[in-house]
Amino acid sequence: MQTSLFNGVLAWLPNVQLAHFLIVSAILFALGLYGIVTRRNAIMVLMGVELVLNAANINLIAFSRYGGLHASGPALDGQVAAIFVIILAAAEAAIALAIVLNIYNRFQTVNVDEVSSLKE
Amino acid sequence: MTDRLLHDLALMVPETVLTVTIIVALVADIIFRRSRAIVPAIVMIGLTVAGIIVLGQPHESFAIFSGMLAVDPFASFFKVLILLSAILVVVFSLGFNELNANGRKVGEYYVLIAALTLGMMLMAGANNMLMMYLAIELSSISSYALSGYTREAEDASEASLKYVIYGALSSGLMLYGISMIYGLTGHFTFSEISSALPPVLEQGSTASLALMFAGLLIVAGLGYKISAVPFHFWAPDVYEGAPITITAFLSVASKAGGFALMIRFLSVSFLDSSVVTLGAGSWAVLPGFDWRSVVVALSVLTMTVGNLVAIWQNNLKRLLAYSSIAHAGYMMMGLVVLTNEGISAIMLYFVIYLFMNFGAFYIVMLIANKIGSEDIEDYRGLGSRAPFLMVALAIFLVSLTGLPPTAGFIGKLYLFVALLNSGWVWLAVVGALNSVIALYYYIRVLRNVFLRGTEQAAAPLQLGRLEGVVVVLLLVPTVLLGLYFSPLAALAQASTKMLGMP
Repeated sequence: MQTSLFNGVLAWLPNVQLAHFLIVSAILFALGLYGIVTRRNAIMVLMGVELVLNAANINLIAFSRYGGLHASGPALDGQVAAIFVIILAAAEAAIALAIVLNIYNRFQTVNVDEVSSLKE
Repeated sequence: MTDRLLHDLALMVPETVLTVTIIVALVADIIFRRSRAIVPAIVMIGLTVAGIIVLGQPHESFAIFSGMLAVDPFASFFKVLILLSAILVVVFSLGFNELNANGRKVGEYYVLIAALTLGMMLMAGANNMLMMYLAIELSSISSYALSGYTREAEDASEASLKYVIYGALSSGLMLYGISMIYGLTGHFTFSEISSALPPVLEQGSTASLALMFAGLLIVAGLGYKISAVPFHFWAPDVYEGAPITITAFLSVASKAGGFALMIRFLSVSFLDSSVVTLGAGSWAVLPGFDWRSVVVALSVLTMTVGNLVAIWQNNLKRLLAYSSIAHAGYMMMGLVVLTNEGISAIMLYFVIYLFMNFGAFYIVMLIANKIGSEDIEDYRGLGSRAPFLMVALAIFLVSLTGLPPTAGFIGKLYLFVALLNSGWVWLAVVGALNSVIALYYYIRVLRNVFLRGTEQAAAPLQLGRLEGVVVVLLLVPTVLLGLYFSPLAALAQASTKMLGMP
């Protein structure tokens, strides 16, 4: 049973098209936004941001591989852009985590709602 | 190939100088641990040299590194503006007590300022969506660290947390928009986007919808950078919590970089080059993504919300934060008219805004150094204790309101004239009404300063000679540009030449 399912998936794989990647990336994007809006823990919010960035990366690479809506054919710039984004996401995560650590030392919490000495 | 590279590198010298400055300053900070003066001196020299080189660049448009960056009069104008404000911020920082207290190491602070300046200069020249993202991130990452630099202060830690969360979110949104535009057109470079868009738009409404969605996401990312409502939520907290030197820097230079990028991206990427019937210095927008309506809505919201909320503020730093949000709204009006006249009005406004806003923030910093407070209530009676400073503050605030004979009036005048010449009467009226609201809260500060608390006799505040010189240096342009502005206006008009624009 399991092997047949596996074989079925394998047989279907060549049919994966641009649209499938875009759907996955749209789902990731929506999940990331949902996480950012609903989570109050700063770390979880930052994880939501990572999801949004990776959704964009999937888009970039898929468009690069399949040539996009109107482009003549596959082009490399999208993949190059994705590499830059990965590096920048790491840099941003590093500084964001340093700031969260500093916040924890100061407020003993990483809940973004409780960190509010500045008035509205 | 090599010739091409050398040619491009020669046009890239200002940015290279800043990069070398950053490295040298970092190394010097490690070698000369004891000295507090050497890193600011190196950064100052680097900024000045970069500024001189930018001024000496040819007055033409080039696309360098296969279209990644544009070197044109438009970019150079904003680069000079950014470098000038960076130099001012270094000068301010040298006399800032909160920063220099407790033997804090300040080397990285100046290095980060140089990195932030580099990021903003790249923003002014970015001609490619990838470069746009990289430049925004370079400047954002440096400013997250800077806004929390005085990290034992609770305000500053909180400010940096809010800044990093909003910043990461909006750059993520922008990147998703970039990926969609790349998917639609297959290009990253602005001018190639505009030539690839018309056939895409012929494919029907789905493509238009995707383009509109992507455009909105990118405008959200850029709107965050210039603190446009409704992407402004970070601004008041960050401006209040961050060290005041950084607040001043973010409210002027960061906004300048954001505006330069927004103007270039929106005008070049969505330029309809098939419309040639318009007069010189004006252009048309491609159908599909009507960014003009978006910018009009943002502009009206930004100035109205900024001004209305500023009325209720009791902290002068926070009040100036809201006022700087409102000023972003005024400046966005210049973008919707689609003429070089509007663009040059924005550029002129920025020069004036630099002097008056830096002046106001500098005086708030000097007073905070002396009385340890930024509360408007604590400004009672300061008119008799520090008459020179307070008269200067009055002039800066009157200029921010936009009353003659100060420079702020000239800035607003050019914006309104550009609007009226293109028939946007109602928008000009909204802008003028907003200036009236602004008058109320600026005058409230001055009332506390001059009319209240005069009965208690308190010791006059001493002003250092260097501090006085800096105030005068900011005061003179604020007054002079209100009376003699034609050379600057001519310079702004000559600097609207943008790569890829008619």
